[in-house]
Formats: sequence, C-alpha cells, structure tokens
Amino acid sequence: MIEFLGDVARWFGDAANWTGTSGIINRTLEHIQLSAAATATSAVFALPPAVWLAHRRIGGTFVVAAVNIGRAIPSFAIVVLFLPISIRLGLGLGFWPTFLALVFLAVPPMFTNAYTGVAGVDSDLVEASRGMGMTDREMLSRVEIPMASPVILAALRVASVQVVATATLGALVGWGGLGRFIVDGFAWRDNVVVFAGAVLVAGLAIVTDVAFSVIERRLVPETLRDRSAAVETVAA
Amino acid sequence: MTHLAQASSGFFSWEWVASNLDDIWDRTLEHLVLTAIAVCVGMVVSLLLSLVALRYRRTYAPISWIAGVLYTIPSLALFAFFVPITGLSILTAEIGLVSYTLLILVRNIVAGIDGVPPATVESALGMGYTRRGLFFAVELPLALPVIVAGLRIAAVTTIGLVTVTALIGQGGLGFFILRGLNLFYSPIGTTQIVVGTVLSIAIAIAVDVSLVGLERLAMPWARRRAAA
Repeated sequence: MIEFLGDVARWFGDAANWTGTSGIINRTLEHIQLSAAATATSAVFALPPAVWLAHRRIGGTFVVAAVNIGRAIPSFAIVVLFLPISIRLGLGLGFWPTFLALVFLAVPPMFTNAYTGVAGVDSDLVEASRGMGMTDREMLSRVEIPMASPVILAALRVASVQVVATATLGALVGWGGLGRFIVDGFAWRDNVVVFAGAVLVAGLAIVTDVAFSVIERRLVPETLRDRSAAVETVAA
Repeated sequence: MTHLAQASSGFFSWEWVASNLDDIWDRTLEHLVLTAIAVCVGMVVSLLLSLVALRYRRTYAPISWIAGVLYTIPSLALFAFFVPITGLSILTAEIGLVSYTLLILVRNIVAGIDGVPPATVESALGMGYTRRGLFFAVELPLALPVIVAGLRIAAVTTIGLVTVTALIGQGGLGFFILRGLNLFYSPIGTTQIVVGTVLSIAIAIAVDVSLVGLERLAMPWARRRAAA
C-alpha cells in the first residue's frame, strides 16, 4: 500500500504527465470547459421558466414528477444513449454527446430547486408586495428572486457538482476530461493511473463545491442563509 | 450475430431480446442484489452513525461533513479509489454504493427523530420507558415517514449508480449498457443499451412504489388518520 502510494506520488511528480494534450493540465481544462458550458446552458434553459412558473404557481405536480423521474434515470445510460443521438444529429463523438447528456441531466434538478425556492417564499411577503402595487416583474426582481437567491444559488452549486461528476463519464464516449485517466487506466490495467485519475476527479468535484459555497456566502445575506439547506441533491 | 442485425429494422432488435431473456433476467437479479446489499448495509451503518450523532450532538457536524464529502466524489472516482485495494470486485462496488447512501440516510434519520414532539417523548419517559424502549417503541416508529422518505431516495439513487459499476466488472443491467457501447453502430448494440436503461428505470420505479406500499403496511395509524 505504502509502495503503491509512492508510485502514485511519483506519477504526479513526473512532469511528462502534466503537459501535452493528454496531460493533467489540458485534461483539467477540458473537464472545466465542458462542465462550465453545460452548467451555463442548463441554467439558461431551467432558471427563467422555473422562476416564472413558480411566480404564477403553475406546474407544481410537474415539479414533483421531474424530481422522481430524474432520480431514476441512470446518468451512465444517458451519456451512452446520447452518443448515437449526437452522431445522428451530425455532431459526432467527444464534446457534443457528453454536453447534451449533461444538459439533459442538469436541467430537471435545477428547474425543480429554483421552482421550490421561489414557490417557498413567505406568502405574506408576496401578498404584501402585490398589495403595495408592484407589477409581476417588480415582485420577481425585488422580492421573490432575492428571497429565493440562497436556494437558487445552492441549486446552481448542486447542479455544477453533478455536472463535474458526470462529465467524468464523457471519457467513455470519446471526450477527454479527467475521466480519461480512470478509463484509460482500466484499459491498461494500470492501477496507478486509475488511482491518480480518481484523486484528480474527486479533487475537482470538491473544489467546485467549495468554490460555489464561497460564492454563495458572499452573495447571500446572513439572515437568509439556512434556506439553502432545503435543496435537493443528486448523485452521479 | 450478423443475421440478427439484418433481420431487425432500425435500431431496436426484438430478436435479441427474445433470445437473451435468461441473460436479461440474471442481470436484473444481479442489479437488485447489488442494490439490496448497498441499501441494507447503508441503513445499518447510518443507524449506528445517527445513534452516535443523536447521543453526542457535537459529532453530527463532522459525521454529515464526511458523508457530504463522500457524496460529492463522482461515482467513477469513488469506485476507482478502491480498485487498487480491493480489485474489480463486488466489494469495491459495494464500498462505493454504501458510501453514497450515508448522507441521505443519516440526515433523514436524525431529522426524523428530532421531529418527534417533545411532549410525546416526555409522556413516554413519564410512563417509565427506558432510553432504549423510548427509542425503539416511540421515536423510531414516529420518525418512520421521514426515514422511509430517505430510504426511497437512497434506493432509487443506488439503482442508478449500480449501472456505473459495470466499469469495474459488476453492473447488473449496466453490463448491457457497457456492452452496447462497445458494439456501437450495430442494432444489437443499441438494443442492449435501451434494454439496460429501460429496465434500470423500471426497477427504480418499482422499488420506489414498493417502499411506499411497505411504509403504509408498517404504519397502520397513518393510514387510519388519512382515511379519517
């Protein structure tokens, strides 16, 4: 075991493993690039309708169904299934099938959490703002979205951690990213590479989680903080 | 293989399904067994951790922090961590799967028991219940709805994650998904991916529904209240 960890440390110490297309630096950048693109796209698709529908109190049943069904769909299967879809659409291997799978998996929980956040805003506040003569837009921008911001930011954090986790599986459908080390390590029967890949992937997921937590703490007023605990989490 | 591919039109081959029913059944059972082991072991470990956390409040933060870190680690990485130690074995798969159930289960057990009304606890103590009697006869049954809610999430999540263990030589229905990926561009390949995915989702829904049923059986008082 000690010897094995020594091999892993030597692998990390070897400059050749850091540089070039298949080096740690490039693979990390690929992983972040794909995850950021997928999270941003999912947010664009999920957040505006979630906030608006929650404001109008439409679609509550759909929200419950989306969580339950979303949880039952194996992300591994979705990544694999999006490969033929991507090929049929002429988008090929690599980035696109993984990107589409990630967006498909991230939209439902993001939608649900944002919806729950806005729908959960104290109804006294919402009624008061309506009574003060606020328009829908004002109610949203000045009351509901600020009050729901801890939950919405937490939803973004959970979704991005999930996206980073699932992007690992992109290595199976021809994308690079840090999953490459694990998948290639398995293929080469090289446990040192497998373990090093696991360290890198786990590290990136934890860094993502911590980075978003810091952003949350910066942006959310102290009095609203504990509301983010209500967010639905999803494993990948 | 080739004549089967030609006989089927499009991307799905019913012929493959018909001639592989035994294999599909075996993999479905394997999927259920992998899930059952993970959820049962996870439940026992979580109950013990929750008992510690409830008895010594200060341990709750570190316990849920560790469970949270385990939950944040991507599944493929968590399985990969243990491959050098425990090999491509069922043990490696279960260590990962159990780790993922802890956060949800511990959180719900502690929240469920915390949610028992203090008046009820005091009445039970006044009636002479011991600490242990209080826990098993009063707190645990009253916390059951919250615990079962956690159990349902843990079970459904585990069923999805079992497919990933195909990459470490286990996988249940994930085996078909991985083999389908390796047989790409052939209808036989896509058929296997679809079979693995659809059955995995079907198992998840069936298990979720059965747990709701079990919950109602285990809590006749809740049913009576709902009817009243």
